[in-house]
Amino acid sequence: MLIGVTRETRPGETRVAATPTTVAQLLKLGYDVVVEAGAGALSSFADEAYVEAGARIGTAEDAWGADVVFRVNGPTVAEVARLRSGAYVTGLMAPAQSPELLEALAARGVTALAMDAVPRISRAQSLDVLSSMANIAGYRAVIEAAHHFGRFFTGQVTAAGKVPPAKVLIAGAGVAGLAAIGAASSLGAIVRATDPRPEVADQVKSLGGEYLPVVVPQEEQQVSSDGYAKATSEAYDAAAAQLYSDQAADVDIVVTTALIPGRAAPRLLTAADVASMKPGSVIVDMAAAMGGNVEGSVAGEVVTTDHGVTIIGYTDLAGRLPAQASQLYGTNLVNLAKLLTPGKDGRLVLDFEDVVQRGLTVTHERQVIWPPPPVQVSAAPAAPVAKPEPKPVKEPMSAQARLGWSLVAMLVFGAIVAWAPQPLPQHFTVLMLSIVIGYYVIGKVAHALHTPLMSVTNAISGVVVVGALLQLVTVTGDRTMQILAAIAVLLASINVFGGFAVTRRMLAMFSKGN
Amino acid sequence: MTVNAIATAAYIIAALLFILALAGLSKHESAKNGLTYGIIGMALALLATGAVVINDATGGVGSGGGLAIVLMLCGVVVGALIGLQRARVVEMTGMPELIAMLHSFVGLAAVLIGWAGHRETVVVHLGEGYPQSLWNIHNAEIAIGIFIGAVTFTGSIVANLKLSAKIKSAPLMLLGKNAINIGSLIVFAALTGVYIVLDRHETGVSGTVVLALLTAVALFLGWHLVMSIGGGDMPVVVSMLNSYSGWAAAASGFLLNNDLLIVTGALVGSSGAYLSYIMCQAMNRSFISVIAGGFGIEAPAAKGEEEQGEIHEIKADSAAELLAGANSVVITPGYGMATAQAQHAVAELTKQLRAKGVEVRFGVHPVAGRLPGHMNVLLAEAKVPYDIVLEMDEINDDLASTDVVLVIGANDTVNPAASEDPSSPIAGMPVLTVWEAKDVIVFKRSMAAGYAGVQNPLFFRDNTQMLFGDAKDKVEEIVAALNR
Repeated sequence: MLIGVTRETRPGETRVAATPTTVAQLLKLGYDVVVEAGAGALSSFADEAYVEAGARIGTAEDAWGADVVFRVNGPTVAEVARLRSGAYVTGLMAPAQSPELLEALAARGVTALAMDAVPRISRAQSLDVLSSMANIAGYRAVIEAAHHFGRFFTGQVTAAGKVPPAKVLIAGAGVAGLAAIGAASSLGAIVRATDPRPEVADQVKSLGGEYLPVVVPQEEQQVSSDGYAKATSEAYDAAAAQLYSDQAADVDIVVTTALIPGRAAPRLLTAADVASMKPGSVIVDMAAAMGGNVEGSVAGEVVTTDHGVTIIGYTDLAGRLPAQASQLYGTNLVNLAKLLTPGKDGRLVLDFEDVVQRGLTVTHERQVIWPPPPVQVSAAPAAPVAKPEPKPVKEPMSAQARLGWSLVAMLVFGAIVAWAPQPLPQHFTVLMLSIVIGYYVIGKVAHALHTPLMSVTNAISGVVVVGALLQLVTVTGDRTMQILAAIAVLLASINVFGGFAVTRRMLAMFSKGN
Repeated sequence: MTVNAIATAAYIIAALLFILALAGLSKHESAKNGLTYGIIGMALALLATGAVVINDATGGVGSGGGLAIVLMLCGVVVGALIGLQRARVVEMTGMPELIAMLHSFVGLAAVLIGWAGHRETVVVHLGEGYPQSLWNIHNAEIAIGIFIGAVTFTGSIVANLKLSAKIKSAPLMLLGKNAINIGSLIVFAALTGVYIVLDRHETGVSGTVVLALLTAVALFLGWHLVMSIGGGDMPVVVSMLNSYSGWAAAASGFLLNNDLLIVTGALVGSSGAYLSYIMCQAMNRSFISVIAGGFGIEAPAAKGEEEQGEIHEIKADSAAELLAGANSVVITPGYGMATAQAQHAVAELTKQLRAKGVEVRFGVHPVAGRLPGHMNVLLAEAKVPYDIVLEMDEINDDLASTDVVLVIGANDTVNPAASEDPSSPIAGMPVLTVWEAKDVIVFKRSMAAGYAGVQNPLFFRDNTQMLFGDAKDKVEEIVAALNR
């Protein structure tokens, strides 16, 4: 089948749905690719590069008329007419916000695959455009902030005085937030992050940030015995608001990423909080398109308050890194193509049994089939699987019990030795002391040397050769005994010499890096 | 000053040198010195004993003195030649087999010494004027020495065959195998009792029969014990047999009234026991459960098909791309690296990546391979510097900040189920937390489960990519792609 890559028509859109790299991957799946001339220009992908990768450069009509049309943004209602009936189109459709587009697509007989309707389950992560774009946007948010911030991010001590590091607060540790934390901390700033989910603390820490938990005062939780959930959430909101107010007064840069699917963005910073920030501070409101986390932010624009605080409300942060955004988006589409091309024969097959494919298909066979049935996280168990009993955890012996048993064992041993005639007690003395020495000596051996240790102990246990040798002369008259002893000598000698020689070989191999 | 007195002094010095040898092995820097101590100690012991033998043989003990000297020289020289030859030709991947085989020699030597001791009582009529209690002890020592030696002997032979894949390494499942083991022990105890009571100098023949029976029981027990243990538990088995070979030497020391043998045997015995203990800890299992064998037999039923998922396949070219773009790479080898003989290719890959400025380290699980420390030896053979080969505890904290982890021939030791799924048969086993890294590439022949028979959810993780094929070929392909 033919894949068409069209030029994006939305104003300000810099991305393209396929790069030369992803084109090569699509060709491997058996597809032919036609790219509209100039489609990749804004992402710095020249037409020649596409040709080199194996694509054909065509007119807009060629690309729109393909069997499968790859786009970043979905078509407008007007553009639907350019699609062939029975074709597939994929892109960001915002199905919840654009019912009339879905109607138009269905009426045209186009199967629409909405990349922003991919179910957020782990199996579909490789198709998840929202994640891949959020990652870029989070990084870019920090870069934008740094651009508007009139100072260093990292602290320095110079001959001309000391420069303190910038303090950055990231609100929300999702994909975008984590990318922002990583970018800000690698620029050298002191990074703090908030998130209602305490389990992200480790991820924040791993990227170099400090996790600020929202501490809900204990008494308040206990007072609200009825309406527990709501009261807690109120107490929580109050504590969170307090946290943001405190932080706003302290930090230089705030990046907010809080979004709730299908609802307006939560308000995190009030005008008063913004006013409390130092002049020259920068706020990046990544939720500006959905109403904004910050009072006073304007979608798509940079606003400077009377106090000199800059609020950045760009909604196209990912598009500001067009080459990489296109590459990641294109790879998401390649992964989609892989999913839909099980035969790798260039034939697209939809399987609605698969929740991922069902979820992202919004129109099919002249029907609008959005929203999809809710994704069942796990297949309904016919009968609850009997969970095997968790293994009983062995209680370590208490100190007293251990002491008691040791004493008993020693007494028994002592009794045996006392009863035994000479020379047994003397032998036992030697044996016991050697065991203790052995235990402590071996306990210190490095793990890496365990194999040489074994071959050395092997060699020295060949010391039985001594016993066998002595037996050779104990009764010189008896041939049977001498032969038995001689064989023992032979075997033990193999051990002695072989063991030492192989250890020597091994130890010679261990070498330290320069 | 008699020759015997000098020999006794030499034995004490030899014992001290052996202790120094083991102490020296605790660090890479002192390991070679330790080996030298061991060799000097052994040379001292051999020379002193040789002197005693020659002294006694020429002292007119009767006929056969000359023969004793000839046998001694032949035995030692032939043994030395065989031993040196073996040590020279052995492949480092074949170390476990060699060590198992060497254990069997000690075991067999102990059996022969025991039998020679028995023969001595028959021939020399030690009984005249010998106190009854000493007589009993002497016989008990013979019986115990032969028993430990025989168990070590057959156990090591089976371990050797399993490790060299001459027999199947799957555990043998006889009905009531625990009853067989315990029954054998009881029979051994009973036979020892009968032997002690029966074997007077006047009833030498019947004593021989009883002792033969006892030897047979011990040989069977050793065979059965190791047959019922699977391939992946071999590190424990080999160190256990190491321990047994030590106890066999110590038992011979009791029999022959020789303190050097007792000291050395005890050192080796406790060393092997300690290694077994470490291995068991690393698998979160008790020693008894390893010895009882049959791991993972009841496990697979519970798991079934659930929680599988999609795997992501990767080709060598893309893997090379991923590696070239990484800052830090950790390689976790397992037994599969040894079977594929991939250590040299891995070392080459390491060199290439380090030359490109990528930080490469190795994470070795304590039970990786079929011998304690096996992976370290293989990597050392391929000239990987030992200071980038780290233990599990040293590397685990760094895995979260690692870009790419290469899992080469390891399975159970990197299974997230061990720490996340309390119903898993390997629950609680400490594992390398490779899944915390940004990307994981798993080299694997096929999707078969690991030794424990447990499915590995690592393969279905989103940050895991599978590179199917022979580990050596694939690593070489990556190296070639890096060079392009």
